[in-house]
Amino acid sequence: MADDPLATPPAAPSATPHAPPKPAVPRPPAVIPDLSGKTTNVASPGGQAAKTAVPAPAAARPATRDPDDTSPLLTRRAWMGLAWGAFSAASAAALAATGRFMFPNVLNEPPQQFKAGFPSEYGIGVDERWKEKFGIWLVRTAEDIEQHASGFYALITVCTHLGCTPNYLAAENKFKCPCHGSGYHLTGINFEGPTPRPLERARVALAEDGQILVDKSRHFQYELGQWKDPDSFLKV
Amino acid sequence: MADKQTVVPKEGPGTRLWNWLTETQAWKSIFRHDRPDSDRGRVLVMLTNVFLHLHPVRIRKSGVKLRYTWCMGGLSFFLFLVLTFTGLLLMFYYRPTLEYAYTDIVGLREHVPLGIMREMHRWGAHAMVITVWLHMFRVFMTGSYKPPREFNWSVGVVMLVLTLLLSFTGYLLPWDQLAIWAITVGSGMARATPFLGHEGPGASLLRLGDVPLIHAADDARFALLGGTFVGEGALLRFYVLHCVGLPLGIAVLMAVHFWRVRKDGGISGPL
Repeated sequence: MADDPLATPPAAPSATPHAPPKPAVPRPPAVIPDLSGKTTNVASPGGQAAKTAVPAPAAARPATRDPDDTSPLLTRRAWMGLAWGAFSAASAAALAATGRFMFPNVLNEPPQQFKAGFPSEYGIGVDERWKEKFGIWLVRTAEDIEQHASGFYALITVCTHLGCTPNYLAAENKFKCPCHGSGYHLTGINFEGPTPRPLERARVALAEDGQILVDKSRHFQYELGQWKDPDSFLKV
Repeated sequence: MADKQTVVPKEGPGTRLWNWLTETQAWKSIFRHDRPDSDRGRVLVMLTNVFLHLHPVRIRKSGVKLRYTWCMGGLSFFLFLVLTFTGLLLMFYYRPTLEYAYTDIVGLREHVPLGIMREMHRWGAHAMVITVWLHMFRVFMTGSYKPPREFNWSVGVVMLVLTLLLSFTGYLLPWDQLAIWAITVGSGMARATPFLGHEGPGASLLRLGDVPLIHAADDARFALLGGTFVGEGALLRFYVLHCVGLPLGIAVLMAVHFWRVRKDGGISGPL
């Protein structure tokens, strides 16, 4: 009963655009209560008319569309548009998913920060124990050229020429790059070979538990005056 | 034909750009036919395209009838494309070694966004085995293997075997207990190969005096596994076969298969 007023409206909007040449001539008497049922609610007089006229539309329900009307509800053009739209949306989503897939949420790389033990574990000079895993030389010096104090600095083991990893030559007291022969003093200052600038230093600090904390996410460059930065040196 | 110029739709900026683009030398060097606004033009679209030319220019009405074809061949091909693409993506993260294989599979679910990629590959593989069987069943029931299509049926049988081998080799790659023991059992069949399997009939006849020529370390199963049990060698061999060898083979056969369908008069009609 409740959906009876709703049963009639689709007749007008769906049939008219596709079948304009076919007016509702076959059943003129039914048109009047149908329309009133569409434009009014059940409580209104027109709605009452629709309510009383229930048997008629119920019987005519299968014929809300003219049985002779062969025009499709969805035109071929609309259908193709829908299909292409859905296909394009799915393709775009797949492409976006593929792009996202290439960026994993977990990296199997060494962390940028690590604790390097207590200062008392290090003697004066270059310590190579973190070179392979973290790419860091931890150097303890009695007198730094920039900070004029004793303590630690962390040199990044990347040659500033073309990015090879230099070797620490203890006998010659220098870092020497095997690729093109760039040489650096223990301070990181370059003195031979093609390299244009000194090695870079990483941030060093004292962790809460008293260990040395090396943070590779911050670099300090000598030629920019950044070795004066207190974060580039751990005074001990 | 002379009226064609008047058929051009009303000139907007898009139409003008389109008309200009399709008249450029680059465009014409790629698409060497008129616009497909005539039967001839539409035929040329198919004939001058390396991908489309495998497809018949015309197909019978029954050829697009779902009730007749079940679309199982098309679905199998679609699933092959899905598997090729998702498999390619999985290869970016999977390493076929004892150390990494299993953890990389876990990582594909836990560490990589859209962990569903592996599931798509897995479920797509299951689905492809099913659609290939159903395709074969349909072809059999409609008698589409009869002349002149006997050769294409044979090509299809080989592709069925390749599909099953792809499924079999892929099964080992997760390198969990299920995979290892399934391949241990499955590859055990090769032991019983006549003459070439060390437990097969006739193998014991192949010997020089007291020295057997076919034994566990040189028989058919060994060639498959690259060892006497399912280990590192088997994982690498199955990986290479799964990602390169078998897909290459099935891709070539698919080209032959589709081309053969066209040469044999398109999809077979109802008898």
